[in-house]
Amino acid sequence: MSGLRDLYQELILDHGKSPRNHRPMDGCTHQANGFNPVCGDKVNLYLSCEDGRVTDASFEGNGCAISTASASMLTQMVKGKSVEDIFELRRMVGAMLTSSPGEHDQEEIEKLGKLAAFSGVCEFPGRVKCATLAWHTLDAALKDDEKTISTE
Amino acid sequence: MSEIDDKERPLDVERLRGDFPILSQEVNGKPLVYLDNAATTQKPTAVIDSICDYYREYNSNIHRGVHTLSQKATDAYERARVRTMDFLGAGRPEEIIFVRGATEGINLVSQAYLRPRIEPGDEIVISTLEHHSNIVPWQLLREQAGAVLKVAPVDDNGAIDIQAYKDLLGERTKFVSLVHVSNALGTINPIREMVAMAREKEIPVLVDGAQAAAHGRVDIDKLGCDFYTISGHKMYGPTGIGALYGKAQLLEEMPPYHGGGEMILSVTFDKTEYNRLPYKFEAGTPDIAGAIGLGAALEYIEEAGIESIEAHEKNLLDYATAAVSSIDGVEIIGRAPAKAGILSFIIDGVHPHDAGTILDQQGVAVRAGHHCAQPVLERLGVQATVRASFALYNTREEIDLLAQGITKAVEVFA
Ligand SMILES: Cc1ncc(COP(=O)(O)O)c(C=O)c1O
Repeated sequence: MSGLRDLYQELILDHGKSPRNHRPMDGCTHQANGFNPVCGDKVNLYLSCEDGRVTDASFEGNGCAISTASASMLTQMVKGKSVEDIFELRRMVGAMLTSSPGEHDQEEIEKLGKLAAFSGVCEFPGRVKCATLAWHTLDAALKDDEKTISTE
Repeated sequence: MSEIDDKERPLDVERLRGDFPILSQEVNGKPLVYLDNAATTQKPTAVIDSICDYYREYNSNIHRGVHTLSQKATDAYERARVRTMDFLGAGRPEEIIFVRGATEGINLVSQAYLRPRIEPGDEIVISTLEHHSNIVPWQLLREQAGAVLKVAPVDDNGAIDIQAYKDLLGERTKFVSLVHVSNALGTINPIREMVAMAREKEIPVLVDGAQAAAHGRVDIDKLGCDFYTISGHKMYGPTGIGALYGKAQLLEEMPPYHGGGEMILSVTFDKTEYNRLPYKFEAGTPDIAGAIGLGAALEYIEEAGIESIEAHEKNLLDYATAAVSSIDGVEIIGRAPAKAGILSFIIDGVHPHDAGTILDQQGVAVRAGHHCAQPVLERLGVQATVRASFALYNTREEIDLLAQGITKAVEVFA
């Protein structure tokens, strides 16, 4: 069952169990709500931006270990980054999650740091959306898209 | 464990499993344990062959050809209708309308029966246990006609509050639509009693039998409901086919649901004369192969014996309830006194979605989520559950594998 260990790496289990930045945010500058109607996973994302840079990020919501860990690590990774860099990060995460198993761009994966923990998700097509939900929500928040973002 | 009642001939499960080619495969390197039967059941060779035979040997359109193959196809299609009538204990073949599934059956009734009769402020009664397909069509009607939707509550076990249901039936109640067996919890509603309460007040009743008809005897004649709907794919038949039973008198009064070929007697640009029942409701070329497959599925169930299937699944449910609830951290969701072979549960610290993946890695197929029945899960205080649902081919050994899989999930997340 090596596949399961690839999916549920320690880091993911840890963030799934004890999500970081799991709190509402007063006075945020950007906010979006993500929802996966298939499984009911919810991610409400809050960002504070100053001069094109994210100074604080947090989320509320509930879902499976993958979606919770994804949102948790996202909030850590975007803090301090410029919006431009965040879109690039988001592109690389998307590529990693949706590439065919064994066909990862290793160079990019290394750039992703601890987000590389999600590299096993692409072997579980049914779970890719769990991992991408937070990132779609991030997109919407940065683009000030008011409506709830759905994975469907 | 109590032994199977002597009155019922026990199922020869080993032999029956051999009838389902799909069951003998491995999934993720483990023998497949298929416990997602409430979503759809597997198909026996008899059903698969009936569909292949139609396409290989007598594929033709029905009710219109004078040629031999068309006659053969028409006969097979109409035999399936009669079989469905017999299976459900209905009295007349024209009371059986082939539809795409339970969803279409309910929509047909809401639009063709109720919509023309409903006035703003009139009430429709459903229950908390409903599948979304028995909620949304009535919400559409609420928007279209200003109807009011009333919802009969359940208790903490997921059993209907029968007195509260009775109290909802009033002057303005124009229709009642109730699930027979809950797909999310397995609750079996006391449907005869509930239908009788509505009929006493001359309120027409639809029963959603999607989860009931393959798991216990439905006797529409005794049940006394006005409409009853089933889905073929949940009863060992193909997808895309189901049936709606409707009392002939009501069906006669209703306008057609869809317009097109097959449902008319004559068409001029001034006036169209509708066909008689049931063809009035079967516009266009129907799913002929699907209906034939459904007929074969019902024949298969009857041969196995529906009472024997019911006893077998009850036995599995009792065994599974004991096995699963004895695992630390597992809580059964839905503990109604009368339940069909559906076991919903949550695992402390393991999201249902994650449990579903871990079980799948061990070859065990279950459903994780809200099962298209969000309101009832919300009522019981959960967003999602893991659901194992049983069919005639499941065994106690498979339930042992389910329990092992759950234990594994608990370990991964410990
Ligand atoms: C209780 C119940 N009603 C209705 C339906 C809808 O059936 P179908 O999707 O076959 O139309 C289902 C399917 O899950 C069900 O479980």
